[in-house]
Amino acid sequence: MSGNARRGFLGTAAAALAGAALAPGIRLIDLAVARAPGEAVTGKVRWGLLIDSNQCATGCTDCVTACNRENGLQDTGRPRIDAQWIRKIDLKDAKTGREQSAPVMCQHCAHPPCVDVCPTGASFKRADGIVLVDRHTCIGCRYCVMACPYKARSFVHENLADQKPDVPRGKGCVEGCTLCVHKIDRGDGNTACAEACTSAGHGAITFGDLNDPASTISKRLRELPNRALRADLRLDPGVRYSGV
Amino acid sequence: MKAGAALLALIVALVAGFAYASGRTAKPVVLIERPGQCVEATEVMRRDHMKLLLHQRDRTVLQGVRTAKHRLTGCVECHASSKTGSVLGEKGFCQSCHDYAGVRLDCFECHASKPGAQRAGAKP
Repeated sequence: MSGNARRGFLGTAAAALAGAALAPGIRLIDLAVARAPGEAVTGKVRWGLLIDSNQCATGCTDCVTACNRENGLQDTGRPRIDAQWIRKIDLKDAKTGREQSAPVMCQHCAHPPCVDVCPTGASFKRADGIVLVDRHTCIGCRYCVMACPYKARSFVHENLADQKPDVPRGKGCVEGCTLCVHKIDRGDGNTACAEACTSAGHGAITFGDLNDPASTISKRLRELPNRALRADLRLDPGVRYSGV
Repeated sequence: MKAGAALLALIVALVAGFAYASGRTAKPVVLIERPGQCVEATEVMRRDHMKLLLHQRDRTVLQGVRTAKHRLTGCVECHASSKTGSVLGEKGFCQSCHDYAGVRLDCFECHASKPGAQRAGAKP
């Protein structure tokens, strides 16, 4: 049995065990439950997004605006050096003329190339699948910017002021979408972009736990045809797209 | 010879004394605007706050633990000046002592030096 096959078998076995209830309300292994405040993150959950480009409106940038506001990303007046954690991509089929729109951000890969290339270990994947930059150890070499096939990382070129207390950012470090990690740790259970998309009435972004078969995102992933961007790279992104 | 040395010592003492009295020597301003119990004893905080913060920062960034008592946002929330709203500035709680000790204060190049009026994530 190869390493992957064995891991797959163990995973299935664990899931089967977890599902086996000893008595009503008592399980051998607890299913993913909300983490207590003060408790470290575990691999029980894996956070992800489902983006339905059929629901995403061309020209709407509510998710981008919400991200900038939530994380305190300010406009420097020079768009070429502005940090960009999420951006809208418009696609057009040259043959049929069909147009689509979708937001692209850090895809929170299970096998992130940005982590592979980081010389200091600053780029890392948290146990719950969120790919982050530890700015304390980031030296600003920008290898990860080069390595990311989704162009999801930005570099901060200038001194910043008035950062958000929950989102420290500073000159000389690389940064990217954190999947609103401070909101997740607080137990909000949603990201700023998904909230904005829902309140705009589009509902194109679904946030949730990919490991929980009962979560909304897992149900929608089972129902909707969807795929990973650049699936050929086999990075197993936590962000999946429907309709692209 | 001895008298000369004594005179020199006296002059040095006088000069130092005047300098001190006229405020030429930078002294830390430790304004405690919200008296109460800090997360650790004062002696521990004075000597070891950086160690506590260093340990906490790794727990927060790597493991997502944001509620612990040794968190930097906690320091800022309690110690920000009521006038400037910040722990920085000439009489700021953090900066005045760091200036006195000659230790660079890097935290606030990235971290907010003011407590959040509204917590990030709260809807406007």
